[in-house]
Amino acid sequence: MTTQTVSPPDTIRFLEEVSAATAGVSRLEMCIQCGTCGGSCPSSSDMDHTPRMLFAMIRAGMREEALRSNTPWICVSCYHCTVRCPQGVHIADVMYTLKGMAIRAKLYQDSTAPDFSKTFVDMVEEYGRSYEFGLATRHYLKHFPLRLPSMTPMGLGMLSKKRMDISPRRIEGIEQLTAILSRAKELEAA
Amino acid sequence: MTHYLFYPGCSMESSAKAYYDSLMAVCKPLGLDLQEINDWNCCGATEYVSISLTPAYALIGRNLALAEQQANGSRTVVAPCSACYLNLAKADYYMRERPVLGEKVNTALAAGGLHYDPGSLVIRHLLDVIINDIGLDKVKEKVTRPLTGLRLAPYLGCMAPRPDYDHRWSNPEYPTELDRLLKVLGAEVIDFPLKTHCCGGHMTQIAPSTAFELIRRLVHAADQYHADLMVTLCPMCQMNVDAFQGEMNNHFHTDYHMPILFFTQLIGLAFGIDPKELGFGKELVSAGPALARIGVEAPAGEKGGEPPRKPKKTDGLPMPRMMEEERLP
Ligand code: SF4
Ligand code: SF4
Repeated sequence: MTTQTVSPPDTIRFLEEVSAATAGVSRLEMCIQCGTCGGSCPSSSDMDHTPRMLFAMIRAGMREEALRSNTPWICVSCYHCTVRCPQGVHIADVMYTLKGMAIRAKLYQDSTAPDFSKTFVDMVEEYGRSYEFGLATRHYLKHFPLRLPSMTPMGLGMLSKKRMDISPRRIEGIEQLTAILSRAKELEAA
Repeated sequence: MTHYLFYPGCSMESSAKAYYDSLMAVCKPLGLDLQEINDWNCCGATEYVSISLTPAYALIGRNLALAEQQANGSRTVVAPCSACYLNLAKADYYMRERPVLGEKVNTALAAGGLHYDPGSLVIRHLLDVIINDIGLDKVKEKVTRPLTGLRLAPYLGCMAPRPDYDHRWSNPEYPTELDRLLKVLGAEVIDFPLKTHCCGGHMTQIAPSTAFELIRRLVHAADQYHADLMVTLCPMCQMNVDAFQGEMNNHFHTDYHMPILFFTQLIGLAFGIDPKELGFGKELVSAGPALARIGVEAPAGEKGGEPPRKPKKTDGLPMPRMMEEERLP
């Protein structure tokens, strides 16, 4: 009798890739498919796949489908799933990982969220601080021009109450920060 | 005086100025000495980490390294913003949990002549420090103007009590810290079932209808419980519930007016500090009527309570000139 050997490399590779790209120890391989995460999620009704299903897809090596899913983009990082998961899977952080991988593979369906993150990061890299006014104007003009009229009272309120700075502040050590971030980017690419 | 290193975070300088002002006003009576980390940078919010992992953690790492350099006497970093708190705490935790991340972050930091030893600082949220270090007895001692008659909904949001890797909160889903504090101030505190539900986070910028539904649930619940105000400890929660409440109302054709203030503003009020020093009036959904009910006359803010319903004609988004004119001496 011969034992059939199923070669796992492709499927395992994707799971490992996701784990390796996650900040802490993801524990993704420990998922027991109990569904607690989806049942705890405030925004699961807007998701293509529940977190549980998404993790099953990752385990099955369904790379493209997983990276095309809107699920990580709908995740609001509330960590309800994370504190309830019986296996201690770092679910919210895995969602961040999948967003990054989807951006690099250009597999996201809607560019609003990736653009917002990129614009935010551009400002932080430029000034060392976030810059709400610049971020809001650039982002809304590009993605929500039709929303602007209904947002005007809010924007005016924020300005008149001095809750939004018109000009950005730059940290003193911006060159130091730039050096740190360029080295970090090299490490990330390696 | 208890000494701490202090990481204010970007929003304390702008959208959450009321949080900053009121915190500064209550530091002295609470005996809190906050030493700001010199030249700190943004923590990356919830954005940088979805773009690229190592740079995101190196960005946070610079703050930790600067704080470690500056640490003398205190190794505790206090952050008032929940998102900043979580980012700093997670970076410290994950650098310990996964040494390869720690090495990468430190290789990057070395390019700027910096280094951080994971675990060498203790990262804590402001409310945790007030409850567990300063203590409610001390808070109670300073109350000169109890908030009797004010009905409050304690709202913590997600990122302070969760994921709580270092077990600092009484419960990740139903913590009682904020409730206890507000009771000591003399207020009536409702048992708010949505106290750690999500405010929508950055979804107000990305998928507004998703965010509006989350905001609606919060203000609806607070309203059903007849809360006068919601009380928060997070600039993002305050911003979403306050500044986007109008748009949320338009979206659902509702008419909620649920003000949301920072817990430090209420501490200051109960301590008898002049409301002018506590950032009242900066909220877009005015807390004035609620405070008037307990005899507090809070300033209406620079331009009246509510934002104008019919703004004067503008070229789209608000004009920079307004602010600059106001800044002139
Ligand atoms: S809660 Fe944890 S173990 Fe259960 S399905 Fe979700 S990730 Fe898997
Ligand atoms: S962290 Fe994300 S996936 Fe988990 S419950 Fe919250 S929104 Fe859902």
